[in-house]
Amino acid sequence: MSTNTETTEPGTTRVKRGLAEMLKGGVIMDVVTAEQARIAEDAGAVAVMALERVPADIRAQGGVARMSDPDLIDQIIETVSIPVMAKARIGHFVEAQVLEALKVDYIDESEVLSPADYVNHIDKWNFTVPFVCGATNLGEALRRITEGAAMIRSKGEAGTGDVSEATKHIRTITGEINALRSKTKDELYVAAKELQAPYELVREVAETGKLPVVLFTAGGVATPADAALMMQLGADGVFVGSGIFKSGNPAQRAAAIVKATTFYDDASVIAEVSRGLGEAMVGINVADLAAPHRLAERGW
Amino acid sequence: MAGSALPVGVLALQGDVREHLAVLSDLGADARPVRRPEELDAVRGLVIPGGESSVMDKLSRLFGMREPLRQAIADGMPFYGTCAGLIMLSDTVLDAIEGQQTLGGLDVVVRRNAFGAQVDSFETDLDIPVIGDPPVHAVFIRAPVVESVGAAVDVLAALGDDRIVAVEQGALLGTSFHPEITGDTRFHEYFLSKVRSA
Repeated sequence: MSTNTETTEPGTTRVKRGLAEMLKGGVIMDVVTAEQARIAEDAGAVAVMALERVPADIRAQGGVARMSDPDLIDQIIETVSIPVMAKARIGHFVEAQVLEALKVDYIDESEVLSPADYVNHIDKWNFTVPFVCGATNLGEALRRITEGAAMIRSKGEAGTGDVSEATKHIRTITGEINALRSKTKDELYVAAKELQAPYELVREVAETGKLPVVLFTAGGVATPADAALMMQLGADGVFVGSGIFKSGNPAQRAAAIVKATTFYDDASVIAEVSRGLGEAMVGINVADLAAPHRLAERGW
Repeated sequence: MAGSALPVGVLALQGDVREHLAVLSDLGADARPVRRPEELDAVRGLVIPGGESSVMDKLSRLFGMREPLRQAIADGMPFYGTCAGLIMLSDTVLDAIEGQQTLGGLDVVVRRNAFGAQVDSFETDLDIPVIGDPPVHAVFIRAPVVESVGAAVDVLAALGDDRIVAVEQGALLGTSFHPEITGDTRFHEYFLSKVRSA
């Protein structure tokens, strides 16, 4: 062996994007207490999202939704050994500074909370901690990556238990990537203009056929089959928010969604884990939500 | 020459499976994801990727992979574990979640997530004699370290503070870091040479 006298670089793009690579094929679960975080970890979550209210409750209770109490985040970090994520409001870089100081492993600049800035998102390059951001289409995803996001999640419509918007957003993103692949070099300049994203990034996606960061999906996933649907549509993993702890048997449902995410292409496994799960979250049809109540429209 | 390519698996329960498959394929191996016992039977070596060790452990037990994996290790099949994969191959893990098990095989004590939170994850260059020049650019992401090793274990690399980050014992190879995401293929070449000679 030899001993090294190295210099170390923290917070590099590779280190930030790399953690998301390690989460692939996994399920990230919303939790509002340390006890729920423990249940999520035991059920096989790859990470937990610490927040004060799940999106279904934010929706039901209304009011301004903000970053969680640091005490709650500390308790959850203390309780589990898997990565802990937490949400900051869109554009609220001070909430993000606080979350970084609390040593969360990933910050979600999230449309689920009330935006703090209706023009600018957070300049995520300024941070050592990595960020995940939501997107409804490829242009939005590339703008977030330009701002420094190290992971993208399609938005779906959080807190509904209705998977239709998640389906729409992941299909839109993957469809737009496929469309880029068939374009010639000169067409990519116009594509970049239309996507409102930097040409270099657009060209990279056209060449590789994928985003330069991991793409998870979120917003309305409530059953093992929902999770497997997202994986078959090309997601690298899933976020499950209200779907677990608003259901009849959270521990069993959480474990079932984990299994269905790994064996997403095996219908016999999905059938087996879907048995006897009890009540799924009641849910709201997205079509019944008046436009101002759709969270996915926050962020631009 | 697809017929003569070496069949090598990547345990595909969770983690950065795709990156390992890409490196192994680029090196000419017949790289395949492995989730089931019959898929394990068809390969001559196995990579356990980076990811969440507690999740891999749980899924390997739930889907009947634990015993076949342990048997393959006992039979001398070459394994290479990166990060979570190193944890899976270690006989003893510290700071595990309650009830977490490893496959074992490497006579080492490993500490999970030894560097702390993600803000403490880092990149660095490591001089690793068995790999040769130039130094290996190593990426540590919520990485484990090896705290102690048995007599039969070769230490391949350590950090400046002597913390052990790469080990080898017989057919088993483990690194705390992730060569699969840097474009440096030398660790995978070293692993494939072990598979060929096994």
